[in-house]
Amino acid sequence: MKLTALRTFAMAAALAAPALHAAPLAVDVAKSEVSFMSTQMGVPVPGKFRKFTVALDFDAKKPEAAKASLEIDIGSIDAGSPDADGEVIRKPWLNAAQFPKATFTATAVKALGGNRFEATGPLTIKGKTKTVSAPFTLKTQGAVQTFEGAIQINRSEFGIGDGPWNDPETVAFEVQIRFRIVAQAPAAK
Amino acid sequence: MKRYTLVAILLHWLIALAIFANLALGLYMADLAISPTKLRLYSYHKWAGLSIFAFVILRILWRLTHRPPALPRHMPSWEKWGATISHATLYGLTLAVPITGWLFSSAKGFKTVWFGVLPIPDLIAKDLALADILKTWHEGLNYFMVVLVVLHVAAALKHHLRDRDDVLTRMAPWIRHP
Repeated sequence: MKLTALRTFAMAAALAAPALHAAPLAVDVAKSEVSFMSTQMGVPVPGKFRKFTVALDFDAKKPEAAKASLEIDIGSIDAGSPDADGEVIRKPWLNAAQFPKATFTATAVKALGGNRFEATGPLTIKGKTKTVSAPFTLKTQGAVQTFEGAIQINRSEFGIGDGPWNDPETVAFEVQIRFRIVAQAPAAK
Repeated sequence: MKRYTLVAILLHWLIALAIFANLALGLYMADLAISPTKLRLYSYHKWAGLSIFAFVILRILWRLTHRPPALPRHMPSWEKWGATISHATLYGLTLAVPITGWLFSSAKGFKTVWFGVLPIPDLIAKDLALADILKTWHEGLNYFMVVLVVLHVAAALKHHLRDRDDVLTRMAPWIRHP
């Protein structure tokens, strides 16, 4: 199904921008990771999302033509402990019932030199959208391309952790979101 | 009058009070629903536990280098042995309780950062099944310690009130000798 979606995406991309020849990539979700680091009482606590989908169309030679979108299943969160998992999907935090997905769409990608790039676009969490820039590196090993980067968000700007939790002393406002996307050019198959 | 050194007396009472406060905090916080208060209290409990651990190490080093006054001659040897064993066990528990708490925290996946400043290394990796076992040990050792402390206090009172010796006053010199 994912492959079909990718093919549709590729076809759409090809129809929309035939001159750019950007290559849609087959993302290996099992090897990819979307994780985050929160800080509780000064203690860094790692977490991750078990389910997410990525559509990626990237050519290092033409980064400006790149397209990328990430959709995260909020309910698949691993916030570090079963207690926290149960808490963070509730209304004061991520309100997974009303906002089951978080999305990021790269609307502009620019080269920063070497293997470094920066993707900019709208990030939507809990129904609130902010434009963010995510610097990332690209490592290529044969046909396998690994995109790795991180952004820092302020959870209060997205209304994550309302009411008594709106207190940076216990859970810091700054949360780092990290991603590692492993993909392959379909031509390599 | 023979008595413990001032350092030994101060450490004994400081650690005793701190353990009781932290035990009460531990029992209280464990049943709270998750909230910012709970996160705070857990951190305070860990900071206090680690501080107690540090004082216990200091105390044991002091004890090893400063011989306590001898036990009263009237004590039968089984009582002397009982005192020695229960004291050694109490020293062991004051080490084992914070150590199991520290390991428990690591197994839960939460690093301990002393007073929010000094990170303490995780000796074991995150492992929730192991965390459950360590929780049982952390709790169980505490209950064992409570039982031994009750025995310890009862023995001190028995020495003071029945035997009328200096076993209590040498650790509590502000109490009048009977």
